[in-house]
Amino acid sequence: MHVVNLAKQVPVNGAALTILHPTSFDIQRGESVAIVGASGSGKSTLLGLLAGLDQPSTGEVWLAGKSLAALDEDGRAALRGELIGFVFQSFQLLPMLTALENVMLPLELSGASDARKRAQRWLERVGLADRQQHRAQQLSGGEQQRVAIARAFAVDPALLLADEPTGNLDAETGARVIELLFELNREQGTTLVLVTHDTELAARCGRRLSLHAGHLESGV
Amino acid sequence: MNIVTLALRMLLREWRAGELRVLMLAVMIAVAGLASVNAFTARMQLALSQESNRLLGADLVLASDHAPPPALAQAAQQRGLSTVQTAQFPSMVSTDAGSNLAEIKAVSNGYPLRGKLHIADSLFGKDRVTSDIPRPGTVWLEARLANALKLKPNDTVQVGYSRLKVAAILTNEPDRGGDFFNLAPRLMMNASDVAATGLITVGSRINYRLLIAGDTNAINAYRKVLASQLQRGQRLLTVRDARPEIRDVLDKAERYLGLAVLLAALLAAVAILLSARHFLRRHLDACALLRCFGASQRTIVMLYALQIAVLGLLAAVAGMALGYAGQAVLAAMLGRMAHLDLPPAAVLPFLQAALAGLVLLAGFSLPTLFMLRRTPALRILRRDVAAFDAVGAATYVAGLAAMTALLLWQVRDVPLTLMVLAELAATLLATALLAWGLVLAAGWLGARSSGSWRQGLLNLRRRAGGSVIQVAAFTLGMLALLLLTVVRGDLLANWHASLPAMAPNRFVINIQPDQAASLQDFLRRHDLSGAKLYPMVRGRLTAINGREVDSARYADQQTRHLLDREFNLSYADRLDADTDFVAGGGWHGDHPGPQFSVEQGIADRLHLKLGDTMQFDVGGTPVSARITSLRKVNWDSFRVNFFVVGNTDLLRNTSASYITSFYLPPAKVSVLNDMVRAYPNLTVIDVSAILQTVQDMLERVSAAVQFVFVFSLASGLVVLYAALAATRDERALETALWRVLGARHRQLWLAQVTEFAAIGMLAGMLAAAGASAIGWGLSSEVFKLPYHFNPLLWLIAIGAGGVGVAAAGVLGLRGISRLPPLVTLRDI
Ligand SMILES: Nc1ncnc2c1ncn2[C@@H]1O[C@H](COP(=O)(O)OP(=O)(O)O)[C@@H](O)[C@H]1O
Ligand SMILES: [Mg+2]
Repeated sequence: MHVVNLAKQVPVNGAALTILHPTSFDIQRGESVAIVGASGSGKSTLLGLLAGLDQPSTGEVWLAGKSLAALDEDGRAALRGELIGFVFQSFQLLPMLTALENVMLPLELSGASDARKRAQRWLERVGLADRQQHRAQQLSGGEQQRVAIARAFAVDPALLLADEPTGNLDAETGARVIELLFELNREQGTTLVLVTHDTELAARCGRRLSLHAGHLESGV
Repeated sequence: MNIVTLALRMLLREWRAGELRVLMLAVMIAVAGLASVNAFTARMQLALSQESNRLLGADLVLASDHAPPPALAQAAQQRGLSTVQTAQFPSMVSTDAGSNLAEIKAVSNGYPLRGKLHIADSLFGKDRVTSDIPRPGTVWLEARLANALKLKPNDTVQVGYSRLKVAAILTNEPDRGGDFFNLAPRLMMNASDVAATGLITVGSRINYRLLIAGDTNAINAYRKVLASQLQRGQRLLTVRDARPEIRDVLDKAERYLGLAVLLAALLAAVAILLSARHFLRRHLDACALLRCFGASQRTIVMLYALQIAVLGLLAAVAGMALGYAGQAVLAAMLGRMAHLDLPPAAVLPFLQAALAGLVLLAGFSLPTLFMLRRTPALRILRRDVAAFDAVGAATYVAGLAAMTALLLWQVRDVPLTLMVLAELAATLLATALLAWGLVLAAGWLGARSSGSWRQGLLNLRRRAGGSVIQVAAFTLGMLALLLLTVVRGDLLANWHASLPAMAPNRFVINIQPDQAASLQDFLRRHDLSGAKLYPMVRGRLTAINGREVDSARYADQQTRHLLDREFNLSYADRLDADTDFVAGGGWHGDHPGPQFSVEQGIADRLHLKLGDTMQFDVGGTPVSARITSLRKVNWDSFRVNFFVVGNTDLLRNTSASYITSFYLPPAKVSVLNDMVRAYPNLTVIDVSAILQTVQDMLERVSAAVQFVFVFSLASGLVVLYAALAATRDERALETALWRVLGARHRQLWLAQVTEFAAIGMLAGMLAAAGASAIGWGLSSEVFKLPYHFNPLLWLIAIGAGGVGVAAAGVLGLRGISRLPPLVTLRDI
């Protein structure tokens, strides 16, 4: 993945507010990268741009040899469907569906025939085997987080983007999720890009990108 | 996985989660309301036309100046229709006592196909219904002919070469149409006797009629066939051509029923708009997430279009079933109340209603889905404002287009629909502007007040956009309800007022000038007074703008017919005060110049306009004057009306007789006999049968419109429910947060009541304004009746609006303010 001069401005009361200053970096296949920074420094914005969920004001993101800017919304969606799993900071489960149905949805969309089985397996792996039939909005924050992670993993993505995946989890579950992430990274060569405050998690990543008020500080 | 399966699965999941209830309910009730009102009004219209067809003696009549070829009757019979032929011609009939002009009608077995003949055994005896016709060798005659020739039953009368026996007095002939005043009295005979009279020879003017009756579809099909092969001298008659009174009342009835359908459709549209909007708002996140998972725009549109289609179909089927039950109940109730047997319901209105529901659903939801194409997923999830404005606008524009198309299609009455839509658009625009202003004002007021009031008012301001939409929705819902209740009542009352229970049912013509005073005195003594005496002059129209009138130049058969006969003219010092002028005005002063006032319909027929000169031949004297006004005449008012009225100086010296009309209560029929004995030259014309038909129709249409209201009321309540449901989550969240922040139950309650009551009163006020405007417009422009402003409407609307919305709103949230806040927060 190549990121070239990526920047984002949003209009606020008529003036343009820069929430991400021009940034360039590369991420290699199979790498694990942590994006760290204070709250409000632009981490989620950057992650969203990497997944093509929003359009940058300037600059480009190249993914698997394609420029996201050159694609239309459908093209970006198709690329995501093929390559990317995304975990939102605020989970974004569909409140009216059960945990299982939430995990099944992307599988069903990609046309998987064994959606139910695979979704069940992933819910087991995140420790929610007995919560399958609960509606998303009835689950606790940590449980919702795990459903969101199961949903992102379920499609076996080549690139997993996760916004504070352990932010709401207790130490034990957090550790399990971290194990899972790196297992996937090792076994399937999944590229990991994580936004996190967790120093332990950041330390396990191959590289750290540090954001300060929209400026990328270091790329160790 | 197959996209259809996925869509069905998603739908099933949402159904289980209870997400689809409001939308399902809205579509179902909308379809049910539309279907029941549509099917019912269709049945009603059919029943009315069958009723009124009695005045034609048939469902379809082919009038002709030569005997219609037998092939026509045979073709009709092959289609399962029954036929019978009549021939009518004027001839002198005589006895030893003298002779008189009679309008002879020769009929054969089966006549009339619709309606019944009434006969009496003696001149002033009680009459009865009969299904017979005069037997060969006998005749039935009208009382005035019997009077003129001093004939009683069993006497003989000379008709042409034949001497025929009087068997009965004819008291009611259902299809006695045309111009009462110009027709000689009736003598009815058997068709088999006609040849022997020798009256039918080459060149005699005979009016043949082929009467046809039967199944409505077969009639309509055969009407088309006949219409396409009409020959010179032939014309098709409907009951509208036969009697202007019936034409007027049928037109009005259809418009009332059309209005009911229009409002039902309108309510259906609003209910679907609101719930579709609600549904989509709740599914925007799901759409955005599907994008995150890699679904293409096409997939998303397909998924939701399929879901909406399946949901819509299910709801439409349920709605049709409910609608069928509804109209069956309506018909049963009406049948009992108005003694009217309705023909069975047709299938078409149900399919139309279902289709309309689906079109509306698609119109209000699909554009939003398409709009999402260009919006990045994150912007939807972050609720970026710009993305939503476009979404909202697309929904409304597409939906409104769908709605307009639906209304025009359903009601088919273009002026009525356009008028209601235009006034509605104006009301909505005013609503949006005013609601916006008032919402701002509420905020201003809230900032300066204290306590829970303050929060309620400030809430209105905070949710400005939502508040305006909610006020608009409530306004629309209430507007439709007001139109259905108060304004409908006013309109019907006006209509009733234009045709009082004691509307004139007898016309007296041929009153000689020297009899006028004593006859008026006679009528006054018997409490039959009230009606004025009008002078009546017969005149043939000879020239228009100096050009000689030649009836052959007019393409329309009826116009030719009219020109070949004499007009009834009248004159007056001034026109009645309540004359409805279409153009120009009346005259006054002692000696106004020569001028005519002409009825609008006849002016249109003869292409006359203000300023044209008409010349009549009145008993050999030419009378000519300019047209200085055009008048609208309400024929269904049963008052004495004239096509052409001149000023007094113009016609004073012509030989006039007088005409009057009055209401004769059934108990006083004997007075009439006294009158005829005292003034043997008078001709009394009984219009009670037609009047009765018109009054029955009026009653039935009123009753029908009342019943239809019940169904529309249900649709209206769904609209209000959908409007409340749209912001329920937001309010629930707010309520829970208030509780977390320490608000007491009372405070919450007051704030909610304030906000809801303010919305309700605002909507009520706007709805009252809109309903008054539409009521006025309908009354004066569409129904042509005077409109009386009803101040009660405003009181009801504002009061019921405030109380109703506050009660419904608080009830809807009651559960929530009782629940522990955490439960609420988790559930949202
Ligand atoms: N669409 C937007 N409009 C206005 N401000 C935004 C928008 N998106 C993000 N921001 C602002 O940009 C900054 C960075 O946001 P974010 O990327 O969510 O930070 P974080 O590093 O905590 O994830 C924040 O101050 C946020 O308020
Ligand atoms: Mg963030």
